[in-house]
Amino acid sequence: MEILKATGIEKQFRGVKALKGVDFSVESGEIHALMGENGAGKSTLVKIITGVYPQSAGVVSFLGKQCSFRSPLDAEHAGISTVYQEVNLLPDLSVAENICIGREPKNALGLIDKRAMRERARKALARLNMDINVAENLSAYSIAVQQLIAIARALDVDCRMLILDEPTSSLDDNEVKQLFTVMKKLREEGIAIIFITHFLDQVYEVSDRITILRDGQLVGTYEAAKLPRIEMVAKMIGKTADDISKMQSRPVRKGNLGDVVLEVRNLSRAGMINPVDLNVHSGEQLGFAGLLGSGRSEIAQLVFGVNARDTGTISVKGKEQSGSFWSPRKAVKAKLALIAEDRKVTGIIPDLTIRENIILALQASQGIWKTISPKHQQELTEKYIKLLRIKTPDGETQIKNLSGGNQQKVLIARWLATSPSLLILDEPTRGIDVGAKAEIESLTQDLCAEGMAVIFISSELEEVVRDCDRVMVLRDHKKVGELTGEEVSLKGIMKMIAG
Amino acid sequence: MKKFKFPVRYVPFTATVLVFMAAYIIGICSFKNFGSLRVFIGLFHNNAFLGITAIGAALVILSGGIDLSVGSVIAFTGVLIATLIGNGVNAIWAILLALVLGALFGMVQGILIARYELPPFLVTLGGMFFARGCSYIVNEQACAILNDPVFNFIENKMEIPLGKGLSIEFIEVLYIVLLIAAILFTQKTHAGRCIYAIGENEFAAKLMGIPVVRTKIMIYTLAGICSAIAGVVYTIYLKSGNPLSCVGLEMDAIASVVIGGTLLTGGVGYMIGSLFGVLVLGLIQVLIMFQGHINDCWTSIIVGALVLAFIFMQNLITKISKRRTISNN
Repeated sequence: MEILKATGIEKQFRGVKALKGVDFSVESGEIHALMGENGAGKSTLVKIITGVYPQSAGVVSFLGKQCSFRSPLDAEHAGISTVYQEVNLLPDLSVAENICIGREPKNALGLIDKRAMRERARKALARLNMDINVAENLSAYSIAVQQLIAIARALDVDCRMLILDEPTSSLDDNEVKQLFTVMKKLREEGIAIIFITHFLDQVYEVSDRITILRDGQLVGTYEAAKLPRIEMVAKMIGKTADDISKMQSRPVRKGNLGDVVLEVRNLSRAGMINPVDLNVHSGEQLGFAGLLGSGRSEIAQLVFGVNARDTGTISVKGKEQSGSFWSPRKAVKAKLALIAEDRKVTGIIPDLTIRENIILALQASQGIWKTISPKHQQELTEKYIKLLRIKTPDGETQIKNLSGGNQQKVLIARWLATSPSLLILDEPTRGIDVGAKAEIESLTQDLCAEGMAVIFISSELEEVVRDCDRVMVLRDHKKVGELTGEEVSLKGIMKMIAG
Repeated sequence: MKKFKFPVRYVPFTATVLVFMAAYIIGICSFKNFGSLRVFIGLFHNNAFLGITAIGAALVILSGGIDLSVGSVIAFTGVLIATLIGNGVNAIWAILLALVLGALFGMVQGILIARYELPPFLVTLGGMFFARGCSYIVNEQACAILNDPVFNFIENKMEIPLGKGLSIEFIEVLYIVLLIAAILFTQKTHAGRCIYAIGENEFAAKLMGIPVVRTKIMIYTLAGICSAIAGVVYTIYLKSGNPLSCVGLEMDAIASVVIGGTLLTGGVGYMIGSLFGVLVLGLIQVLIMFQGHINDCWTSIIVGALVLAFIFMQNLITKISKRRTISNN
């Protein structure tokens, strides 16, 4: 039975069309994946369905009735509940309150009946096969459990359709499994689920149908079982399957290594990394592989002087850098560049324009007295917008208005402007879409070809395998080995990580 | 056996109670008569208006806001009532008018803050100057309330005699009743829990379908009413109104709430804490009074040190509870 039908949905934001006539329908008792790159219009579509924004044109009907919700609460009353990417609950209130707030059971005096509330919370959680102490503060539980609690809250009302917006991004494998079990159970109960995710494996594991959006337009809705993976990716980034297979089978580059750019001996800091040696040559891309917390980012931070090292020497182009005074400022002078992970916190300055964000590092390395002329600034900005294919109306746009992938490109541009001899990229592809990932990957290869040394840190092993000439594998704050050339393979790395 | 862990969230409040008890015991050991019932009742009698102000301040702070206008509203209320009575208006009407104006004043501040999303600090700073100015317009000088039948009735008839010339008077009863109502309101009602939700994470509260704008307007309206009631109590307490009174009282109220264990960033704390915050403040004053030869300004110094100590402790506790969460995962 068709539970939701949206036809011809359009949405304009200040003249920009975010959705251009999208048709979308969901049936009860199905898990429907909504896929697309960042900025494809997934969130906008969902927000129109749940009443966060009004649509500019088009009709949404739910349970056969035309509807226009004015708020998420309105939609919830009608039977559409949403669980957002970041857990939007209240850590210092009890689990029971988090599930029931806004609709607490009351006693004869009109006061909240805490016992009934806990009972209801327990029931809601039991539906998800969970048995936890509901009187405990929410913050006592892991993110995964909190996510399930959020789902329990969503189901506590008479919910007919559940929207899960990137629910798995902060969960580990076991937790994802737990979530999927719950999703399958709900599907059997006849609830429609819209599932938004970046992880392709997960889509195939649970989805019945897949709808793909691209640039605010509907690409199509497909049966999951009949859509090969490679074709889905191709549709998402608007390429053919052939292009993709070419992209993935990059021949391993050989030889042509230049001088050693960075040489690190015996580098360590208590609690971060045990003594480690490494070197990178110009024209080489060195990968760090290992599980989260294995010490990958920590090495990058010590090399760049963010944290002081306990022991070890760092030499840049054969020149040893003194230990105690090593700082990011000196690292920049020595032509190193670090694009740290979590760009929102440590990278972009959201309210500055693209131009201002790009010239930051260059200006800092020159000192504040030596100004960069407006003309030169503009040239730089235009050059990098073109070179990195940054999608923006112009260089004077505030960076916060760009999508994640384009923000990342601006950060890369910032450091390229300082013409570094070593570029360290820490998780440059996290949270950005497939197309931008591919562009960033090919960009680092071009840089290597031009003689820059690159250290590439990523949790996605496929990327490391695809892009790196040499891979250093870390486990529990220790370097456990190195793979070179032909040895670089998924299996090889996994074996090493597993030990 | 599950190991018993003292819930971290009770620590600030417990600390306040301990500080209060420690100060009280020090007083009893050092001074004769310090432990008498008269001193204890006096503590409530002399601080009832501050306590009622602190109830309003606690509501606002729990929601993550701040209200700087309370001192001025109290002064305005007092002057208005005293002046109206001086001009022959019935005291009951004067008090009712003051309460209505206080509620309206709070509501306007609430609308500006919630509906137009202006920062509470600035809105209530504006409100502070505005209400202070209004009190001077009503009357430039202090004026006493002489021989008013209603006030005489409250003073002479509405009291619970305890013998030996001691009695519990109207204003302390009013304070305790309001406090109990406020505790029930914050712990047991939907609207009360919404205050906590908004204080903790306004955006999440909105997504959870909590009427954020409406609740915030209600909070500031209630704070306005609390200030007006505190103004009435203050007028009964001093039997006069003065446009210059209660300058800086908002800071006393905020200090009481913070010492009472409420997080200034909102969402965490208990209404009952404000009682102990007020009592600690009052007790310090009494201690210094008993001491006799210490300068009164030491009150401020000790209160200042306490506020800092409590903020420091809360910061520590927040960090510890975060660490516990992480180790639980």
